[in-house]
Amino acid sequence: MKELSLHILDIAQNSLTAGASLVELSLTRRGGLLTAVIKDNGRGMTPDMAARVTDPFTTTRTTRRVGLGLPLWKLAAEQTGGSFALESAPGVGTTVTAAFVHGHIDTPPLGDIVGTVVTLIQGAPSVDFVYRQETEDGAFALDTRDLRRALEDVPLDSPDVLAWVGEYLQEQTALHPV
Amino acid sequence: MKSIEELKAIREKARGDLNLRQEDIGNNTRVVVGMATCGIAAGARPVLASCVEEVHRRGLTDVTVTQTGCIGVCRLEPIVEVFVPGEEKVTYVNMTPEKAAQVIAEHVVNHKVKTEYTIGANQ
Repeated sequence: MKELSLHILDIAQNSLTAGASLVELSLTRRGGLLTAVIKDNGRGMTPDMAARVTDPFTTTRTTRRVGLGLPLWKLAAEQTGGSFALESAPGVGTTVTAAFVHGHIDTPPLGDIVGTVVTLIQGAPSVDFVYRQETEDGAFALDTRDLRRALEDVPLDSPDVLAWVGEYLQEQTALHPV
Repeated sequence: MKSIEELKAIREKARGDLNLRQEDIGNNTRVVVGMATCGIAAGARPVLASCVEEVHRRGLTDVTVTQTGCIGVCRLEPIVEVFVPGEEKVTYVNMTPEKAAQVIAEHVVNHKVKTEYTIGANQ
């Protein structure tokens, strides 16, 4: 994975597979750390599964016996001198936190985070997403529940809506880049 | 600057498109992009975006673009599957945004399978 935003897309797909109705993504740059949090209200994991899930030979997929999403995300954070944490409880949800040392040579570029958010909404239009980014200069958040109120019965994956979300996020993320 | 208020105007237009779209949803052509770790690492995100954009640009109201997990042939990702009602599924491999747009134009619109991009031609 060449971009942090691709990892985020990948980890958030786990939240969708876990049946989440709300997935919250946040990126915070503060004190030399860039911290990405992916929080869902999906079915969560038992302590046993949560302990094993960063092992590449643990997976829920049925097509093969390796699952690399979380192990790669953990490695990416730790090899910059950052940290990784996973909290999960059955029936509550899962929160994955990865902190990267900002400017470290091994910290991948953020990449197309707008593409990631638009892809998530396109793939799961009935799920609500919050995308939040914060730096010392300011914060910005998009909450699909606000969009739904304006759209009424029109689904979030309507082509014109997705195009609007992409343009809106491009503008907002450019104002306070993380 | 864009504002959420603009969505109210988009809503009216989208409602019109939606009526066209929903009449015959069971007969829609489906374009499915593999979006597991393998697909994402190989470049599926821009491939998916290209499919969505091309379908929108051409005003194809009888085509739906969806995402799926691991299709099982990770080394050939990004993979795009095309399901035309009444026809056999066609699996395209090693996709790029450019190839995906061609598949929409030639297979989905003109009903000519883009044979050189299929899994059979790449095994």
